[in-house]
Amino acid sequence: MSTHIPAGYKWWTGGKSPYNVSYGKLMMWIFLMSDTFTFGALLISYGTIRVSHNYWPDPNHVFNTFPLMGDANLPLAFVSLMTFILIMSSVTMVLAVHEGHKRNKKGVEKWLLWTILGGFMFLGCQAWEWTHLITHTHPVLIDGQIQEIGATITQNHFGPAVPGLMHDGHQVHLPGPPGFGNFFFGITGFHGFHVFTGVMFNILMYFWTLNGRFERLGHYEMVEKVGLYWHFVDLVWVFVFLCFYLI
Amino acid sequence: MQHMEHATQHMAGSPEITFQHEPAPNTKRIWKTFWILLVLTIAELALGLSHYAFHMEGWVLLFLKGGMIILSLCKAIYIVSIFMHLGDEVRNLKLTVLVPLLLFVWFILAFLWDGVAYKNLRNKFDVPAPTEQVAPHDVQKPGTLD
Repeated sequence: MSTHIPAGYKWWTGGKSPYNVSYGKLMMWIFLMSDTFTFGALLISYGTIRVSHNYWPDPNHVFNTFPLMGDANLPLAFVSLMTFILIMSSVTMVLAVHEGHKRNKKGVEKWLLWTILGGFMFLGCQAWEWTHLITHTHPVLIDGQIQEIGATITQNHFGPAVPGLMHDGHQVHLPGPPGFGNFFFGITGFHGFHVFTGVMFNILMYFWTLNGRFERLGHYEMVEKVGLYWHFVDLVWVFVFLCFYLI
Repeated sequence: MQHMEHATQHMAGSPEITFQHEPAPNTKRIWKTFWILLVLTIAELALGLSHYAFHMEGWVLLFLKGGMIILSLCKAIYIVSIFMHLGDEVRNLKLTVLVPLLLFVWFILAFLWDGVAYKNLRNKFDVPAPTEQVAPHDVQKPGTLD
């Protein structure tokens, strides 16, 4: 896309939007900015709590499983797949917007369907990851007793290893900081909620495209606005991925 | 001026838009961005896994984490500028969206500083929390940690 604006053009003389976008699109940008600060506040509070602890679990040890691979140690493999799915769905979304610019109804339908599929795949992966973290228990030493616990918002088994203490052939650990589960489930949950909302909006866009609503309107700008939201969800994942899985 | 605006105005678009964007001729730029994002993600993963494969501490680890943050910011710039088309919008919109994000500079510095200060105070004044004690050998007996 390119725009040819004469040099020295006066935007603020009235009678037109100085932003050169529709009201709806401007408001979508403003909303996304506010959402940026919401996610920013959540991630920064996670950072504050994390640096206030002497010990914090290593993501390479926490996120090292893959569906159907049993106990194989595959650090970051599954989350890489999730990241790839989300980038790919962002590409299919921008292709849907591109077809919308060209007023190609069939193209918009095709790429929206791929985007919806990508969104559901991501949500499915997240559901598996959460289930695995919550239900897969490990021996932990709590108040002098060995207990089998999974990772929840109140407790987790990602503390330091207790030297020389084994239970049923597994290394016994101390409980990890509760903040780990709190922030992990809280922030990935809030992000997952955004993905879910985005998928719902995309399904709506698909049906509106199908029944010719945008053809009657003469433009596919609504698809662009939902596209902005969908890319924002991908953008947030870049930072969730960075803060929880990489550093 | 009024005449020219009228000429460039697209009849089907929104009346707020003075200069209509021309549709991109092809999807070359989209796929190029996809490959860039993929390469950046693989580079991030390589850095993330390298501190698993080789034990790193102190400045080396901090340097590595800084590298991953810079790569993430590059990904963010590509997504916002190309996929969200902010790069194609007029300067007024770009500045309205991007300038408030400068608050994050203060936000991140102040809160991480606070977290580190909290850790230092804890290490100086707190009795060790039970979870951070090294367990004695006869741990099977309840209450031995008290």
